[in-house]
Amino acid sequence: MLEHVELFFKSIFIDNMVFAVFLGMCSYLAVSKKVATAVGLGAAVIFVLAVTVPMNWLLDKYLLQDGALVWLGPEYADYNLSFLSFILFIATIATMVQLVEIVVEKFSPSLYNSLGIFLPLIAVNCAILGGSLFMQAREIETFGLAFNYGVSSGIGWFLAILAIAAIREKIRYSNVPAPLRGLGITFIITGLMGIGFQSFGGMLTGGGEETEEANEQVIKVDQPEMVVPVKEVVVDKNEEIDEKVISYNDVNK
Amino acid sequence: MALLSKKDTNLITDPLADNNPITIQVLGICSALAITAELKASLVMAISVMFVLGAGNVVISLMRNIIPSKIRIIVQLIVVATLVIIVDQVLKAFAYELSKTLAVFVGLIITNCIIMGRFEAFALANGPWRSFLDGIGNSLGYGVILIIVGFFRELLGSGTLFGIPVLGDPIEKTGLYATGYENNGFMIIPPAALIVVGIIIWVQRSRNPALVEEN
Repeated sequence: MLEHVELFFKSIFIDNMVFAVFLGMCSYLAVSKKVATAVGLGAAVIFVLAVTVPMNWLLDKYLLQDGALVWLGPEYADYNLSFLSFILFIATIATMVQLVEIVVEKFSPSLYNSLGIFLPLIAVNCAILGGSLFMQAREIETFGLAFNYGVSSGIGWFLAILAIAAIREKIRYSNVPAPLRGLGITFIITGLMGIGFQSFGGMLTGGGEETEEANEQVIKVDQPEMVVPVKEVVVDKNEEIDEKVISYNDVNK
Repeated sequence: MALLSKKDTNLITDPLADNNPITIQVLGICSALAITAELKASLVMAISVMFVLGAGNVVISLMRNIIPSKIRIIVQLIVVATLVIIVDQVLKAFAYELSKTLAVFVGLIITNCIIMGRFEAFALANGPWRSFLDGIGNSLGYGVILIIVGFFRELLGSGTLFGIPVLGDPIEKTGLYATGYENNGFMIIPPAALIVVGIIIWVQRSRNPALVEEN
């Protein structure tokens, strides 16, 4: 249970899709002029991530991973199809988006009216494919955690687009230097919000002095990785969580 | 006769400045920001995108008359995904360290909006040669921004270019560091990329006021 709570908050705040790894920036910038449309797109992203990440987790577990085909019989144990993951993941996403669109249109016309126009856009939103690829790269352990990861990173994206849309509605009344208007100032605001979100990095470490120092060092190391460098999460408080659960975020280091 | 007519030359030069995919069309931002902490990664990313976009544009352009318009998105995704798998496998074979650095962002070329955007806007309506030029032009425009951002972030953030120290040694205090200069750790963290791109946009639009948009 605890790892669910941890993953949930970590995906929303620390590894926020927009501010920490820049996924889904295209639609984030293009559809954030009004709060109402931003809410529609954000909800659609949560919905689609919650469907596709667990689907792709199943694909990864039983088809793509090294030795995943062993359930077919011992002679298949040597197969490693992981090079196919890109094409299978994107095919799943495109199909699921189409399917979701059809189902929603059939059973809930009112939901379709608010979400419908965004669904085709979403197949090519990097946040969706990124969710599945990060799920694979971080070796998320169980189906439940994969579902949790999908929902919570969707919520993180939703929060980001909601915040920027609200700011952009207000900034219309400010005197921004002409060349920065529109795109330029949006970039810079997003950058500042990203710096703000970096402060959540200490959330799961408990804020001890020792860990803070360690954090600083990690930042200074020439580290190309985008994930906010959080030092080994939680260890002192929850010894019952075994190493594997904690270490999914170390894969990228 | 010149190799390229004037119209064809424009296909390549336009995206470099006044119709830049990143700063003007607002496409392909995700990957542009995420991998620019180092110049080498930016360069490899730019080359990968150039390959995928050039080849993809030609393939889509050749198939443009036989793709039913209802399923064209899926066809495009499959074409891109295949090309990206080739890039990924080549990187893993010849530049393993670098492919670890780029990690999932190679895969995310599939959903790079520049690629789908150019397929939709250009390759579906034009012949293979012009589509190829358009692909090269747009990926050059994309690459230029990546390299500028990567250059500043690596130089100011770690004092190196392509991993080679150019400002002296920060520990031994040689070169520029002898005068009390320090690396700016801020440039290494992800949000710095956004601010650098914001400044590039500022500079570009100050030089060409026609590009200024409404608030």
